Amino acid sequence: MTVTDDGAATASPVDPTPVTERTPSRGKLVLRRFLRRKSALFGLVVVVLLYAVAFSYPLFSPWDYAVPDYLAFLTPPDGSHWFGTTKIGEDVFAQVMRGLQKSLTIGLLVGLLSTSLAAVVGAVAGYFGGWVDRVLMWLVDLLLVLPSFLIIAVASPAFKGESWLIFVVLLAGFSWMITARIVRGMTLTLREREYVKAARFMGQSPLRVIAKHIVPNMASLLIIDATITVGAAVLAETGLSFFGFGVQPPDVSLGTLIASGTESAITYPWLFYFPAGFLVVFVLAVNLFGDGLRDALDPSAAGSRKREKKIDKGERA
Amino acid sequence: MIGFLVRRLANYVVLCLVATFLAFALASTTFDPIAVLEQRNPPPPAAVLDAKREALRLDEPIPQRFLSWVGGVVHGDFGRTVTDRPVADELPRRAGVSLRLFLVGVVLGVVFGVILGVVSAIRQYKLSDYLATLFSFIILSTPVFVLGTLLKQPAQSFNELIGTNYLQTLGESTPGFDGSWFASLGDRLRYLIVPTATIALGQIAYYSRYQRSAMLDVLGSDFLRTAQAKGLTRRRALFKHGLRTALIPMATLFAFGFGLLITGGTFTERIFGWYGMGDWLVVGVATQDANIVATVTLFIAVLVLVSGWLSDVLYAALDPRVRV
Repeated sequence: MTVTDDGAATASPVDPTPVTERTPSRGKLVLRRFLRRKSALFGLVVVVLLYAVAFSYPLFSPWDYAVPDYLAFLTPPDGSHWFGTTKIGEDVFAQVMRGLQKSLTIGLLVGLLSTSLAAVVGAVAGYFGGWVDRVLMWLVDLLLVLPSFLIIAVASPAFKGESWLIFVVLLAGFSWMITARIVRGMTLTLREREYVKAARFMGQSPLRVIAKHIVPNMASLLIIDATITVGAAVLAETGLSFFGFGVQPPDVSLGTLIASGTESAITYPWLFYFPAGFLVVFVLAVNLFGDGLRDALDPSAAGSRKREKKIDKGERA
Repeated sequence: MIGFLVRRLANYVVLCLVATFLAFALASTTFDPIAVLEQRNPPPPAAVLDAKREALRLDEPIPQRFLSWVGGVVHGDFGRTVTDRPVADELPRRAGVSLRLFLVGVVLGVVFGVILGVVSAIRQYKLSDYLATLFSFIILSTPVFVLGTLLKQPAQSFNELIGTNYLQTLGESTPGFDGSWFASLGDRLRYLIVPTATIALGQIAYYSRYQRSAMLDVLGSDFLRTAQAKGLTRRRALFKHGLRTALIPMATLFAFGFGLLITGGTFTERIFGWYGMGDWLVVGVATQDANIVATVTLFIAVLVLVSGWLSDVLYAALDPRVRV
């Protein structure tokens, strides 16, 4: 059964040239394509920086997020309170970092969960076909009709006082549908490929075929999707928390901070612009990074095709 | 083709009913209006609570409650709120407020989004393309509740510039405004501009990205070259053959974009103090009212249904292969 190892499964059947030292590996190719786009690199750097700062801020911040400074109410940003203070003297920098931590954690978890769910549901629907496919796709249609915002808002009284992890599960539970459709479409074509048929005829169980031969072949799509979903999940989380339907006090997230800053956006701008700014910069960076990843991992996707052509021409000229 | 559209319509109606039932069931299981009443100060007597439980029919099983609610809806009765007012009384006004926001926003969004996408595709890698891309990336990364608050700032500057409070950012119309039909239209317009811009900007950014890549796909195609080879000017070929083909994937997207719009509408209504359907949903959750939530869900599901069906019609109109 050595045929089923990963190397045999993922080696591209369309590339008959033997691997020599001169041909760069796929990893190097992807890296080179990725580095070619300044905006994608910028996105990656910003995302990594934000994660690093959000989780290491207690090391260098002079204030704690929970301990108010009773000598400074609503002070504008200065040397001591970098982002100013709130009306009960909380340090806005420490609060924004704390909120960023929560939002980024939720975003990352939702991205991973939702993409895994999409991969499983899409691959199962596409591989088994028949009524399994019909039921799952009908479920996808149904969930697409219902705005997830509405469902989570309605369900929110049930998880008041519960851990924010339930919120993560809910968010992930409503963001996998479109990807699942794409995965299903790809599975339908992969199912007919020789190596998948070979594995099947050698008596591998369906779940093993899905896990070892189908899902790994969609790795690039799934990586891109997980990245984009992180950004979307952070937006959804902040939106729900904005209304008080998401992260509950005493936990703070960027959404709850923006909600409390909105009222005073004109009079005390630092309460609104710092959390809002961090949110926009993070989502923007994730989107740029995801876009760059798409071009690097999947050069055949629309949009990047012409760019490749153009660059090839430029290099030849 | 009629058969295709009828089949789709039937499919959507079933989805609509199931969606509303799910929301109703979810709301009925998670909400506890009696607990909200019990927390009142002074606490209401037990007889009042029992009467309330009776009136809200909390003892009946959920499917039965849902069926009687649907039976009422068929006759125009959407049930009563927790505070014992008929839901149907408030529905037309709130639906009107939301529809005004949605329709103007979606029309502006689709029209300008398609134009922006086509222009950046045709002028790919020119300055205008980069600016349009930057614009859509930033707008798509900015949640509606931040964008709305941000837009209040230029609105205020504009008001200071012209010296009067022309652009209003709170409410739907001047309270107690009395004037002719035309004057009140003008009054409403002042309140409509900033919220609609909030909605439309997001839609423009969303559609323009997809329109750009759809148009780029078409630009390199053989049929476009053929059209030019047989003597059409580039402009004519682009609009007659290129744009039409590039609009096909947009028709499908239209149905998805509408969900985005409704969520965005909820934020916009809350930020600009509009008492529309989105605001009602937030009120419904806050007061633990299953009837309000079910009504709002039905409204949203019908809107998604209509937009989904419209996108099917558009698809059929644009792509002759569907018309069989």
